[in-house]
Amino acid sequence: MSKESTDKGVAANVAIDARSTERPHAMGATHQHRPPGETGANAGIGISGLTKRYLTPKGETFTAITDVTLSVEPGQFCSIVGPTGCGKSTTLAQVSGLERPSEGSVRVGGHTVEGVTKGVSYMFQADALFPWKSVLNNVMMGPVLLGTPKREATLLARDWLRRVGLAGFEDRYPHQLSGGMRKRVAMAAALINNPRILLMDEPFGALDVQTKAIMQNELLTLWEELRPSVLFITHDLDEAVALSDRVVVMTSSPGTVKDVFDIDLPRPRGDVQQIRHEERFLELQGRIWESLKDEVTRAYARTAGEAA
Amino acid sequence: MSALAQGETVTPQRQAAAADAGKAAHRRLTRWIWAGRAILAVAVVGGWQWFTEEGWVDKFFFGQPSEIWNSLVKLFTEGTAFGTIWENLWVTMQEAILGFLLGTLVGVVLGILLGSNKYLSAVVGPYIRIVNSIPRIVLGSIFIVAFGLGVFPKVLLAAVLVFFVVFFNAFQGVREVDQNLVANVRVLGATPVQVAIHVTIPSAMTWIIASLHTAFGFAIIGALVAEVLGAQQGVGLIISQAQGTFDPNTVFACMVIIAVITLGAEYLISLLEHSVLKWRPPNRSESQAI
Ligand SMILES: Nc1ncnc2c1ncn2[C@@H]1O[C@H](COP(=O)(O)OP(=O)(O)OP(=O)(O)O)[C@@H](O)[C@H]1O
Ligand SMILES: [Mg+2]
Repeated sequence: MSKESTDKGVAANVAIDARSTERPHAMGATHQHRPPGETGANAGIGISGLTKRYLTPKGETFTAITDVTLSVEPGQFCSIVGPTGCGKSTTLAQVSGLERPSEGSVRVGGHTVEGVTKGVSYMFQADALFPWKSVLNNVMMGPVLLGTPKREATLLARDWLRRVGLAGFEDRYPHQLSGGMRKRVAMAAALINNPRILLMDEPFGALDVQTKAIMQNELLTLWEELRPSVLFITHDLDEAVALSDRVVVMTSSPGTVKDVFDIDLPRPRGDVQQIRHEERFLELQGRIWESLKDEVTRAYARTAGEAA
Repeated sequence: MSALAQGETVTPQRQAAAADAGKAAHRRLTRWIWAGRAILAVAVVGGWQWFTEEGWVDKFFFGQPSEIWNSLVKLFTEGTAFGTIWENLWVTMQEAILGFLLGTLVGVVLGILLGSNKYLSAVVGPYIRIVNSIPRIVLGSIFIVAFGLGVFPKVLLAAVLVFFVVFFNAFQGVREVDQNLVANVRVLGATPVQVAIHVTIPSAMTWIIASLHTAFGFAIIGALVAEVLGAQQGVGLIISQAQGTFDPNTVFACMVIIAVITLGAEYLISLLEHSVLKWRPPNRSESQAI
């Protein structure tokens, strides 16, 4: 509860670290329920020649992304940045298996994605908690749909709510939580199944700066513990560099991969607030911005032109 | 309260005083509302009594409150030509409730089915709209010709009236489901049935329950009209009998009985609404509703 006082960011970070000391115990409990991934090992993502065309209401085809090729190594944290409307969410939808690519393919752990794949979790851009379910039931959804017995699922969900700092909020409904708390619930719900692949679409986009920093640290700790491969969309270059092993820059619409930057900052990264003052960080961030700048201007000019 | 915001020390006493003042103001308002309601009722009923008493309005056609009261007493003490009022009431309620349940069930199932299946809704949609546009009360005559004077045709007419209200709401409710939530539950590995259980139905429930308020009224209308058209027992029969003997007071008495029952049912449906939809944030128009 005290974690909501976002102005005490440092205190909250300490709290997170304190919690991480008791992890081994909690981890053991988790893994009894569910070994990591269905194939036993973490899986990478291979996207090749991915193109997606939509049919507009007028009956024309609209190319959202064209020939996107990128790969995420097993256990790697990869961010995608790009101007708005360039097709980042579209790319993620293809990886999740919710949509079918028009051309090209997505491979997860060596298997071509055809429909929803086990071991893939998705944190959506829009708020996607079930408003009629309590916080606990929201987090429980993953295990329940996998057929985990209710009692076990409840224990697991309680454990995860504790990990994201929401112990005591089990019986609340989503509308009774703050925006930051809702994001934590979504994060717990995404991680509870111990996914091999974690897709995150601007998960912290709508949060204030302090809460965002807390959540980023929290995500990093959890990621280092579970080590899923992450595909993370953001508009915040600081966030992209601080969290990722690799940053992919996409062009303006129709989106395709423009540049790929490997981030060689050492892990564990520690506090994201601290790291953004390091020289290497600033250098990388500057180079990525160089690459992204033109695309943003172009995208803006295009939509502005359309509107005129 | 604005003084509190300006950094003055907030003592518990002051807070309590503010809360007390608020409560007192609220109590005063409630008293005034009830006083207004009482005055309105006295004015309408008293005016009616007075006008008919003075002969400005003919009580032979429009009844009279005191006579309506007498009819009510008579209905409950002496009963009717078709048995006690309780027997008749029971018959009507049975028809209305069965019709309500049947219509709701079919309406919800079809509404959800058609709402979640584009092809089905495209095929069946126009026909439902056509049937909806015909005056369905007339179906009552057909049902009575086809199924006789028993309970069944009344149940059927009530069900038909209820069906359309519930169906359109369930259909719309399914259409309004947040596609993000559907995507979310599908990523978690839900089968189509699980999508319906966890997302579609709970989401459509808001709409369905809202429609039940109107639907119960329609169930009563269906049962009564079918009884007026032809029956061996029921409140509708008492009404049509009273109409035949130029007895408006008994008609009004029956109306009062039915109104009380409908209000009771409305209350039960509100209870259901509160327990099923307790997850909903209280909306402003509702919390201020009278
Ligand atoms: N279902 C759809 N039908 C038609 N067009 C679509 C559909 N989904 C997305 N688009 C179009 O595809 C383009 C890319 O959309 P997308 O949501 O992937 O952008 P984005 O990069 O995620 O943008 P943002 O950063 O603002 O979230 C947009 O121009 C959008 O209008
Ligand atoms: Mg997007």
